[in-house]
Amino acid sequence: MTDTDGWFAAGDPDDVDALAAAIGDGETDEPRDWPERAVDAGFAADEAGYYDALHEASLVATRAAVEARERADDRQLVHAVRAMDDCRRTANELAERLAEWAGTVDPEAGTGVEYARELAAREPEPGLERVHSLAARVAALADEADDLRAFVERRTPAVAPNLAALAGPVLAARLVSLAGGLESLAKQPSGTVQVLGAEDALFAHLRGHAPSPKHGIIYTHDAVRGTRPEDRGSAARAVAGKLAIAARIDHYSGDYRPELEAELAERIETIQARADDTGGEGGE
Amino acid sequence: MNDVLPAGVERREIDGRERLATRGDPVYGEPTDGEWRAWDPRRSKLGAMFELGMETGLEGGETVLYLGAASGTTASHVADFAGPTYAVEFAARPARDLLSAAEPRPRLFPLLKDARKPETYAHVVEADVDAVVQDVATRGQARVALENRRFLADDGRLLVAIKARSEDVTRDPAAVFAAVREELETGYEILESRRLDEYHADHLGVVARPR
Repeated sequence: MTDTDGWFAAGDPDDVDALAAAIGDGETDEPRDWPERAVDAGFAADEAGYYDALHEASLVATRAAVEARERADDRQLVHAVRAMDDCRRTANELAERLAEWAGTVDPEAGTGVEYARELAAREPEPGLERVHSLAARVAALADEADDLRAFVERRTPAVAPNLAALAGPVLAARLVSLAGGLESLAKQPSGTVQVLGAEDALFAHLRGHAPSPKHGIIYTHDAVRGTRPEDRGSAARAVAGKLAIAARIDHYSGDYRPELEAELAERIETIQARADDTGGEGGE
Repeated sequence: MNDVLPAGVERREIDGRERLATRGDPVYGEPTDGEWRAWDPRRSKLGAMFELGMETGLEGGETVLYLGAASGTTASHVADFAGPTYAVEFAARPARDLLSAAEPRPRLFPLLKDARKPETYAHVVEADVDAVVQDVATRGQARVALENRRFLADDGRLLVAIKARSEDVTRDPAAVFAAVREELETGYEILESRRLDEYHADHLGVVARPR
C-alpha cells in the first residue's frame, strides 16, 4: 500500500483479514473518492459492492482492534487485582463458615484461613468429609489469591513503573482498577485520586451529610497510615499529588523517574516533622 | 417545525407522546413503534439540535463522517436516515457497543480511531462527505473540527456539539463557547449556533460550512 492508496488496495474483496489489517494500520494524509477508485481498480463492480465490502472489513478490523485494546496490559491488571480481592474476601467468608461448622465436631477447631489450611492438610476423618472438603476449597481460594497477588506484583511495574514504585504494586493496581484503567487514572485530578475508593463517603459529603473524606484506598499507603491523624489530610494530599503525576508519566511516556520517590519522601518527612514540633512545645 | 427534519426522521407518537424517530433496529432498548425507534434528544446532541429546530441542512441520504460515535446511540439514528456513515470512536469499551449497532446497518462503518488524527482513517473515509457530525468529549474540539475539514465537501455541513466542560471545567461556558467559535471561524462559516441546555447542560450546538 502506498500513501495514495485506499484500504482496499491490500487485497481482493474476499481477503477480509488483509483488508481489515489495512483499515487498522493504514495511513494517508488526504481522503480521496475511494468508492470510485475501488470500482475503477476492479475491486468492486459498483459502489454498492464497495460499501458492502467496507462494511464487512470495518466490522472485522474494529472488532479486532477493540479486542486488542481490551486485552492490553492495564486491563489485565484490573481484572487480576479485582479477582485477587474477590478470592481473598471469599476465602475469609468461607473460613468463618468453616470455623462455625468445624467447631461442632472438633474441640480443637481454630479460625480463619490458617485453620482451613491445617484441616485441609489432615487425613479426612470418616463422617467429616464435607467439612474437610470445604477446608480444601478455602485453602485453594487463598492459594489463588496469593498467586494473583504474585502476578500483580510482577506485572504492575511493567505497566506502571512510577506508580508501582511510589504506591507499591498492589495499591498501584487497585488505583488503576478503581479509575477503570491507566489512561483514566492519568486523566484524574489529584483530588480525585486522593478519594478513589471512598466514593460512599464522598457522595455523602456532596449531599451535605458528612465531612469531606481525606483519603480513599491510599489510606493503605505507609506515608498516610504512618502519619498522625491531625496531619493525615496533608499526607494524603501529598501522596495523591505524586501518584497523579506518576500515573500521567506512566501513561504518556512510560519512563521510570526515581526522583519522584525522593520528592515524596522529603515532603512526607516535612509533614511528619510537625508532630515533633508540637510535641516539643507543649504536650499535655 | 417538521420542514427542518431530514427525510427518514419523523415526529411520531411513541409511548403516548410525540417524539423524534427513525426506522431501524433498536440499539439500547429505546421505545419503538413498529419499525420506528424513538430518538431521545437527552441522549443525543444531534437529536437535541433537531428537537430545537436548528437548521442542520440534512435532507436524508447524505454521506456522513461521525466523530465521537461512542456506543452508537446517535450514529445509529444517523445511519437510519443518511447514506454511508463513517463512525469514528476512540475508546474501546463503547466501540464494542458501536459494533452491535453497526452489524445490522450495512452502511454504518465503525472505526476505532482517534478523531484528532485524521491521517489514520483518511485511507478509509472518502473525500467530499456531505456532513461531519462531531461530538467528542476532548479538549481542542475546534481543532478536531478544523483537522477533519479535509473530508468535507465545499458545500457540506459541520454539525458540532461543543461541550464546555471538556475544554475547561473551571471557565464560564459562555467564555469557552466564544473562544471555540472564534477558532472554528478560521476554517468555517458559522450559520447557526444555539445552546442545548434544555437537553444537555453546558453544550453549544453549531451548524457551519467550510470557508
